Amino acid sequence: MKELLKVQNLRKTFKISAKQQKIERTKERIKVAVDDLSFTAYEGEVFGLLGPNGAGKTTTLRMMSALVKPDKGDVLVDGASVVKNPEEVRKKIGFLTSELKLEEFFTPNYLFTFFSELHGVDKATAAARKQSLFDKFGITNFAEVKVGDLSTGMKQKVSLVISIVHNPDIIIFDEPTNGLDVLTAKVVTDFLLELKEQGKTIVVSTHIFSLIEKICDRVGVVIDGKMAVCDTLESLTAEKTLEEKFFDIFAERAGGKNEK
Amino acid sequence: MKNSIMTIMKKEFTRFFTDRRMVLTTVLMPGLMIYVLYSFMGSGLASQFETTEDYKASVYAVDLPESMRALEDNGAFLEFTEISQEETDKAKEELASSEAGFDVLAVFPRDFDAQVAAYDVTAGGKAPAVELYYNSTDNDSQSSYNMMTEMLNTYESALANKFDINPGGEGYDMATDEDLSAQIFSMMVPMLLMIFLFSGCMAVAPESIAGEKERGTIATLLVTPMKRSHLAIGKIVSLSVIAILSGLSSFLGMMLSLPKMMGGAEGVDASVYNMTDYVLVLFVVLSTVLVIITIVSVISAFARNVKEATGWVTPVMIISMLLGVTSMIPSLCKTEPVWFLIPLYNSVQSMNGIFSMNADVLNIAVTVAANVCYAGIGVFVLAKMFDNEKIMFSK
Repeated sequence: MKELLKVQNLRKTFKISAKQQKIERTKERIKVAVDDLSFTAYEGEVFGLLGPNGAGKTTTLRMMSALVKPDKGDVLVDGASVVKNPEEVRKKIGFLTSELKLEEFFTPNYLFTFFSELHGVDKATAAARKQSLFDKFGITNFAEVKVGDLSTGMKQKVSLVISIVHNPDIIIFDEPTNGLDVLTAKVVTDFLLELKEQGKTIVVSTHIFSLIEKICDRVGVVIDGKMAVCDTLESLTAEKTLEEKFFDIFAERAGGKNEK
Repeated sequence: MKNSIMTIMKKEFTRFFTDRRMVLTTVLMPGLMIYVLYSFMGSGLASQFETTEDYKASVYAVDLPESMRALEDNGAFLEFTEISQEETDKAKEELASSEAGFDVLAVFPRDFDAQVAAYDVTAGGKAPAVELYYNSTDNDSQSSYNMMTEMLNTYESALANKFDINPGGEGYDMATDEDLSAQIFSMMVPMLLMIFLFSGCMAVAPESIAGEKERGTIATLLVTPMKRSHLAIGKIVSLSVIAILSGLSSFLGMMLSLPKMMGGAEGVDASVYNMTDYVLVLFVVLSTVLVIITIVSVISAFARNVKEATGWVTPVMIISMLLGVTSMIPSLCKTEPVWFLIPLYNSVQSMNGIFSMNADVLNIAVTVAANVCYAGIGVFVLAKMFDNEKIMFSK
């Protein structure tokens, strides 16, 4: 199978401000968010990053999408390096995270066209894709409503649709069902399964076990910025449920510390 | 991907022009407000002149001398009504109550003219005294008192007249109406224009850059394959166009109302400038807006939110206003081309040169070229900042 996304020895540190030092009751000036993390996602595979809050999942995904630069290591996205050729990487991926907001003044219709143009999608293709995605997610009736006037669930659906305007082969979703009501969460989960059926390569970060069990082929458990375990879902759940297995790994790697 | 610049520009224009509130407050209101405000101020000044010309102060006079009657007959702005010495107290009470049917009470000494003629300044002694009673809380009474005092002072000077200066009145000031207009416009317009242009830039740039950071929408743009430099160029060019519209609105409002603001002063007329002057002004204004937008954008990119950006930009605006004042101080108006490399100062001095009708094309060319270069450097810096995660995602 083709290695479509290769994460190589990623490391990312952040300076801790004096204010943050007080909050976290630490004297450390540097926080290691991601430490020598490596994994590979193969073509047509759904790879799940599982871990507690603050484990470094989001930072890893942001480096994979060339939004932030790694201190060390690299990510090869279909052969393009996030360090050497970030623009090429951004062309190849679709990235969705709750940190990416949409201008509330604009309508879904306008934003879809706007981001299609930025991704270089021709008008006819963009129009057809917009129609298809808007119908699928029930956005059509709200297409001319300003984003600011939409419900949280509808905003999330619009964000998801906008992140894949260019029909990328590699999709990176950070906590895609976080904060959504059960109905919207199901729509998003079903769509991820549909993308999987289409042969897209997906990397999804979450701490929701059921989502991982439903859609992932392989799973990486990230604790304290390190890859604790990386294996197929089948192997991980051979003897125990994913939840039980995760807590075993967590207890072993983090010494049973409570997550922050 | 050149289209991405156009896409960003289109988005900025759509954001601005489909928001009626923004269009109203940024483009329409500044010009309209300046026109109304200046015209109102001008009308106030003009009406003061009219009052002086048409109004006749009503003066109750006790023992009115012949000399004063002669002044009244010669068309002085005074109308005397004689009253007796016994009526003085009643007249004072009326003045104090602000219900008097007159403005000033003048009490002359008996035989005022004779006493004045007999008085010898060199001999000393007590001069004949005129008492003027008025009410300073009543505008008519106050201004009538001023007129009466001025008239008596003039009469006093005339009595000891030894020589005259410019007895003919007009025709001694050799300045033309054009010179007068040029002087007024060159002193005021550069400073006002700098304020208006900066205000226009302040109205749009922090919102577009720091605002996008604050709302988290800049990150959504940054995950697209668009080049950071294209984002910077798209933002700066579109914001410049909007800021120019805002500046143009203020400029039109100012140019149309400035003659009115001068209180109807004769000869102040913006039509003294020809098309070449306006084209030169346009070049200077365009390049100046590019520089200001670049400065405000770079500062806004550093800021975490709109409030912080506005706070940081304010000192720069004050500096630009101070530079605007240099057009009023001749010793600070340099003409050597090297001075025209200093951003903002060069714009003020170029505009000063154009409006004073002493435009030096070389200096204006240096100004425009330097400003375009500074804007280019600014775009480069802004692109680097868009690529810097510490700046873009600072919390």
